Amino acid sequence: MAEYQIDDTVDITDVVCPITFVKAKCAIEELDDGQILSVHLNDGEPVQNVPRSFKEEGHQILKLIDNGDGTYDLLVKKVEA
Amino acid sequence: MAEVDFAALKKGGFMRQKQKGYFSLRLQVVGGQLTAENVKKISEVAEKYGRGYVHLTSRQGVEIPFIRFEDIEEVRRELAKGGVKPGVCGPRVRTVTACQGSAVCPSGNIDTQDIAQELDARYFGRDLPHKFKFGVTGCQNNCLKAEENDLGIKGALDVKWVEDKCISCGVCEKACREGAISMADGKIVLDERRCNYCGRCAKSCPTDAWEGENAYLVSFGGLFGNTIHKGDAILPLIRSKEQLYRVTDAAIQFFADHAKPGERFKFTLDRVGLETFKEKMEEAYNGGISD
Repeated sequence: MAEYQIDDTVDITDVVCPITFVKAKCAIEELDDGQILSVHLNDGEPVQNVPRSFKEEGHQILKLIDNGDGTYDLLVKKVEA
Repeated sequence: MAEVDFAALKKGGFMRQKQKGYFSLRLQVVGGQLTAENVKKISEVAEKYGRGYVHLTSRQGVEIPFIRFEDIEEVRRELAKGGVKPGVCGPRVRTVTACQGSAVCPSGNIDTQDIAQELDARYFGRDLPHKFKFGVTGCQNNCLKAEENDLGIKGALDVKWVEDKCISCGVCEKACREGAISMADGKIVLDERRCNYCGRCAKSCPTDAWEGENAYLVSFGGLFGNTIHKGDAILPLIRSKEQLYRVTDAAIQFFADHAKPGERFKFTLDRVGLETFKEKMEEAYNGGISD
């Protein structure tokens, strides 16, 4: 994880689809162009869908880290539209 | 009242109602889309000649109930002014249904509306031994329920991994619901036997390191009425529209040649044999020459 400077983190393991992406989207809105958000998310639907939703919004996915405990950390670079 | 030719009326989309002298008029809808102009005209006709409402059918059609027999010609002329045509009922190719497809939906792998228009132009209303339904769905989500149809078409993505674009982020391995993708030493391994061509890897890949070609999965003999049967997908992936239409042409011809009057496609396939049919389809799939 050392290769990226994380500017903010958000935990979306406490919500379910479609609120998962809404919460993640709100968090990235707060950042400036080029800053990096780390999203803590669950296995299953969130990990299947949230990365793709970020891509569709035009942001840059950098890495998906498997924490080995059924959760992941997704690193996303904000790309201002 | 003159002698009523019910068969001719049925062919023209006029469904006899239980109320004497009234018809529920089925309209031609392709892929579930109507223009605003169509909708305006349908609304006017339903107000003036019907009872001020329409019925949305289970196959994306629109019917205007309570049209009087004596108004039929006038209603037809009136609808034509708004670009609306009567649909069909009876033993022939019915409304072609479709989801919105790749033109609108982020999940779509194929332009379903384009395919629906082309199928409609090719086959709509063609007389056959029994009804014949086409349905086109854009992806594995199957919103349009392809396998319910006599001939169902499902959008697919034939994917290839491009190593030098890949950043080994791990997203596709998780996006795949079939367990077809694994990562070893930063390299992707695709198990092609497991891939169902859903395209989720390509759609989620942040660097477009999965390249995909539009393709089609076709199923035959689906039924969802008195008998329920999921259409059989007996062919490998179809990779071009030309190949797709060779297969649809051959399938509908097989039905025309082999079905008994009043026999649905599924029962023709049961009687004649799925293997015989499969040989014919493989011939069309391979360009008319069997291996």
